Amino acid sequence: MNRARLFIPMAVFAVLACFLFLGFTLRDPHELPSALIDRPFPDFDLPILGKPGARVTRADLVGQRRLVNVWATWCPTCLAEHGELSRIANETGLSIIGINYKDDPSEASRWLARHGDPYDFNIEDLSGDFGVELGVYGAPETFLLDAGGTIRYKRVGDVNEDIWRDELQPAIAALEALR
Amino acid sequence: MIVEFGHFSVVAALLVALALGVVGHVSAVNSVWRSLVATLASCQLLLLAIGFAVLVRAFLGSDFSVAYVAENSNSLLPWYYRVSATWGAHEGSFLLWILIMGVWTWAVSLGCRRLPDEIFGRILGTMGLLNFGFLLFLLSTSSPFERLLPAAPPEGADLNPLLQDFGLIVHPPLLYAGYVGFAVAFSFAVAALIGGRLDAAWARWSRPWTNVAWAFLTVGIALGSWWAYYELGWGGWWFWDPVENASFMPWLAGTALIHSLAVTEKRGAFKSWTALLAIAAFSLSLLGAFIVRSGVLTSVHAFAVDPERGLFVLALLALAVGGALAIYGVRAPTIMSRARYGGFSRELLLLVNNAILVVALAFVLHGTLYPLAHEAMTGGEKTSVGAPYFNRGFVPLMCVLACFLALVPVARWKRTPLSLLKNSGLMCVAALCMGLALPLALGGAFKVGAAAAVALGIWIVLVHGADMWRRRNSTTRGYLGMMVAHIGFAVALMGIGVTSEFSREVDARMAVGDSVELNGVTYRFAAMRRIEGPNYVADRAEFVTDTGVRLYPEKRHYAVREQVMTEAGIAAGFARDLYIALGSALPDGSWGVRIQDKPMVRWVWLGALLMAFGGVLAVTDPRYRRLRSTRGLREARGSPSPTT
Repeated sequence: MNRARLFIPMAVFAVLACFLFLGFTLRDPHELPSALIDRPFPDFDLPILGKPGARVTRADLVGQRRLVNVWATWCPTCLAEHGELSRIANETGLSIIGINYKDDPSEASRWLARHGDPYDFNIEDLSGDFGVELGVYGAPETFLLDAGGTIRYKRVGDVNEDIWRDELQPAIAALEALR
Repeated sequence: MIVEFGHFSVVAALLVALALGVVGHVSAVNSVWRSLVATLASCQLLLLAIGFAVLVRAFLGSDFSVAYVAENSNSLLPWYYRVSATWGAHEGSFLLWILIMGVWTWAVSLGCRRLPDEIFGRILGTMGLLNFGFLLFLLSTSSPFERLLPAAPPEGADLNPLLQDFGLIVHPPLLYAGYVGFAVAFSFAVAALIGGRLDAAWARWSRPWTNVAWAFLTVGIALGSWWAYYELGWGGWWFWDPVENASFMPWLAGTALIHSLAVTEKRGAFKSWTALLAIAAFSLSLLGAFIVRSGVLTSVHAFAVDPERGLFVLALLALAVGGALAIYGVRAPTIMSRARYGGFSRELLLLVNNAILVVALAFVLHGTLYPLAHEAMTGGEKTSVGAPYFNRGFVPLMCVLACFLALVPVARWKRTPLSLLKNSGLMCVAALCMGLALPLALGGAFKVGAAAAVALGIWIVLVHGADMWRRRNSTTRGYLGMMVAHIGFAVALMGIGVTSEFSREVDARMAVGDSVELNGVTYRFAAMRRIEGPNYVADRAEFVTDTGVRLYPEKRHYAVREQVMTEAGIAAGFARDLYIALGSALPDGSWGVRIQDKPMVRWVWLGALLMAFGGVLAVTDPRYRRLRSTRGLREARGSPSPTT
């Protein structure tokens, strides 16, 4: 009887535990944005909220600097940042595209009617599949895209005055300087 | 003040659990300490019950100065949801887990009190150490007793509307009873490995505990599936979601374990394999806890992410499982078995059962953890594994398992006379004909999957039914339990086959007065009205079919969390379910409506309930009660057992 064989289960478990540990540490939310930054915004082909039959693809986002904001009516923080997004849209003229994430389209339209609509248009992601591709943890999340459609900045959580002043504005200024 | 008292009580339970761990293992060597073990187990349960009761009281009294209550309750919540909100999120549900562990520990201290000192002490000592680890985790990273003082909010954030449902009141306690119940089998295995005595008597002691835990888990999983079916509004009943898999993997290991234990008890074979399965079943329960509570995999069920918690559970997992497997590596040579069996025998069938279940388990484990491994190796690239992967491997495996299952009643221990197989062959032909005919009668179209499932199911039922009839005067409860559980498997198999292949659905845009036809039934949108629930307002539609069935699907709006829920309208039936879910309201006043016709979907859960019932029925067999009498003790001392 080979004694070493009896330790095979333990070895298998050790490998498994290592993977769990690695996978777990990789999931650190603070590390994640770096994985997407400077990568092209993923391809998609999805309907537009409130315009039955109309669809939008990645090509429609290219050509202009934009913010892409993931939101939903079930997310209180989205409502909290809504004022700041409206201010940005009004005062700076920056294009903001919404991704309505795992939501009820009729509720979402009503929500926009009630609270104002700072978005050029909204991409409908009912199933949340596109959100998975974007690595969305939960709403809200905001991406800054350059004119080439590359992700230059990502914010997990709400966009408020401080974030605009300390992070988004400098990121936009950096893009400006590149040109 | 009373909340602090509950907190204190749980801290005291932590110390008692540690004491139980130490005293238990010491008493195995020095029996002077034995009398203390049961006392400590009772004491632990009492303290945990006080702690849990205090938390429930805080929920009932809407004490929003407690952070956990403020985050998960609301004064508008009906009282029964306030109680169940106690286990509605991570902290409270883990306290429930620990309380259930306390109940199992106490039950073992009562039910096993006639066992030899050595094994009794080690079992309870191991359980004490496990609960010590759980309590340490709870108190250091996720105490539900934290206060929000001095700024207590006037109102709570409400329980997630998804969880405001009867299914979610009972689903977690049952599921945890199953998960934690495998800790008993685990402790039995560890105790036997340390003592180097893993024999037929040991298997007989641990079988009832394993069966009961397995039955709880079976019902818990079935309830979760049923809840997803009517609450999520998609009409699906299994999604291969990581958290579903997390509960399914211990179930697969547990199913393999109860079969392997049968061989160990009856024939003294498969010993070290049984020990390994007992360790695996509980390890997979812990792995499930890690997946759910660390946020390592994205899932609809996942609790809030907290890196500290994930690391702690992982450490706990490494210690408990690594420790048990190390003991296995060192001690397994002392329990090697030398049993012989030849050709076609029950031993062989059970070996096949174990092989198939373990392959299925490895398959599910691989699919569940693959996204994680992929991410770790590519440095953050995400991928997801979907239902097609799982179905492709799992369905054929279960069909092969069903084929062997149909041979069970004719098989004998050691070797089966071939003449016994003939009757079974006749029934096989009969079942095949019915399997081919029935789906045709049901749906008018031929589907391979449904035909195979029905044929296999009928074959199993016929063979088992005939055998039960033949043994009607001489059967034991243990044998009867097995028969019922196997028939339950067949019922679930037929339900899954038929409902997957013959479900129909239609998406329609309907206004009040419109009608839609599906599978020969006409559904008329009769009315729409607004109703008010305790903490929500809802649009409730009324649909009437031409067969006179009324369905009331709802769209609920929960004010506090600004959340919309779809409440499906279901007309449940033995033969088929009619299922209507409301989509969104369209600007012109019409509604998106999804109507589904799901034949035999109830059979899936009925089968699961039969399986669980069979598992419990087997436990009532008088031979397990004899183990506490002289015969059990004689066997425990190592004298040969009379063969049965």
